[in-house]
Amino acid sequence: MEYVSPEGLRLDGRRPMEMRQIRAEIGAVGKADGSAVFEMGNTKVIAAVYGPREVQNRSQQINDKALVRCEYSMANFSTGDRMRKQKGDRRSTEISLVIRQTMEACILTHLMPRSQIDIFVQVLQADGGTRSACINAATLALADAGIPMCDLITSCSAGYLNSTPLLDLNYVEDSAGGADVTVGILAKSDKVTLLQMDAKLPMDIFENIMQLAVEGCKAIANYIREVLLENTKKLEHRRGV
Amino acid sequence: MRELQVSLNRTQKIRLQKALQNLQDLSSKPNSSASASVTVSDTISVNHEDGVLKGHGTSEHDGEVVATLCGVVERVNKLVYVRALRARYKPEIGDIVVGRVIEVVPKRWRVEINFSQDAVLMLSSMNLPDGIQRRRTAIDELNMRSIFEESDVVCAEVRGFQHDGSLHLQARSQKYGKLERGQLLTIPPYLVKRRKQHFHYLEQYGIDLIIGCNGFIWVGEHVEARDDMVTEDQEKASEQNSKSSGRLTSIGEGEKAYTPLDTRKSVCRIANAIRVLSSLAFNLTVEVILETVEMGTTLNLDIHEMLGAEFYVLVAEQEVKRRNSSGKKKG
Repeated sequence: MEYVSPEGLRLDGRRPMEMRQIRAEIGAVGKADGSAVFEMGNTKVIAAVYGPREVQNRSQQINDKALVRCEYSMANFSTGDRMRKQKGDRRSTEISLVIRQTMEACILTHLMPRSQIDIFVQVLQADGGTRSACINAATLALADAGIPMCDLITSCSAGYLNSTPLLDLNYVEDSAGGADVTVGILAKSDKVTLLQMDAKLPMDIFENIMQLAVEGCKAIANYIREVLLENTKKLEHRRGV
Repeated sequence: MRELQVSLNRTQKIRLQKALQNLQDLSSKPNSSASASVTVSDTISVNHEDGVLKGHGTSEHDGEVVATLCGVVERVNKLVYVRALRARYKPEIGDIVVGRVIEVVPKRWRVEINFSQDAVLMLSSMNLPDGIQRRRTAIDELNMRSIFEESDVVCAEVRGFQHDGSLHLQARSQKYGKLERGQLLTIPPYLVKRRKQHFHYLEQYGIDLIIGCNGFIWVGEHVEARDDMVTEDQEKASEQNSKSSGRLTSIGEGEKAYTPLDTRKSVCRIANAIRVLSSLAFNLTVEVILETVEMGTTLNLDIHEMLGAEFYVLVAEQEVKRRNSSGKKKG
């Protein structure tokens, strides 16, 4: 199948280096300490952060830092054909673990000893790149909850189809069987905290694609920073003196 | 309780937008504090020659001072720190807090106060109901549930951090203790300012208002603080009487414990005023709350109408007026 037309357009009309439209909203869940909705095109993810709070299971308590937990789930209605999977299937356990490790890298856990931070992410609409969308949403929610972080983590995916590097794959491109590279970076210090690929690629092409994904991450980081700053200013203005 | 879910019609939407815009103009003009808002990983510009003390919410990265929180940069002499807006409560010694008992364990209660850990209220750091100073015995320990039970709302003072890092509370006065017959409201703690007075008796409504520093607010029927021994003796006597005379008087006591409808209505009114103010993210003080309640009553609004769209917009407009006038006074 032709994923990039001779005119250089992808199936959904984007250019190879073009990202889908992103939108973020802070404060979607009333009861949570921090929450956010993040959209990349048709992919839509909601994240809620609770904590730092008392550790629920005493035996898991860590004496010099906070315990970070993450739960990823997909809403039944999020995919094209309605699926009935239980909570603990392999895919969601793996993604929960990935998100937890990625977020743990930026949270300054030593500032909140003997406490627990819960991150819940749920996919409301799945159209490829749910992993990156979840990480971006979790970053926003953590920042909203006032949890100290050393940097903003953003994530973006890139792939390789029809011998063209493509940024931010959607579901059709994702399931085409080509390589799919998901990258998560610390926006300021340019460090990689997440790198996943589910196919083989020659070394030189891989480097190109990874570079492309990193560029995508930086674009998202700029947007996230804008959203957060606007939210902070709004709260400060509202509060007054 | 984030952005209240109200359906505004078109004029209300425009009015609300205008009011919020005004607020923004007002706060951005006089001081440039709003321009000092930072987000995570923003660089804070400092003069390194003077020497800098990095406070809360900052860290160092490549020789630059970097924020680790979203908030406002505050500078005190050499100290640079970030004041976070939305975050959990950070206790300071002497703060008055309202909390909920979640567990009764030997010699102590565990209290949820919106902090990163549960606070501890020791049996020995609170006054016994009989008001006598003495060592706590094993019998006292067994009777702990008669003082506070699980899910009771209590009011206490922050005593401090112990060596093991746990937070201890104390309730060594008659004004602290169990709170009954009222509503507990939860708001973001940054909307509460530390003040001299956190207990308020609103005489015109017959209501006690406790604005806890941790963002838990108690609105309840007024209770007379009883600390003189005479009344207690009388009560004891009356208790004995009631015991001897059996059931009939216990019904009478039940009636005495009944909160009048008017009081309950005013509790709801005040609670709704707080809900509106906190969903608009305005600073909460007694004056502001009372003003909002009065506005509701002068407009003849029902209690439930106080959560409606019109009142929401009115409160926002009133806030603009108030800040306008207070700005003029200063200027």
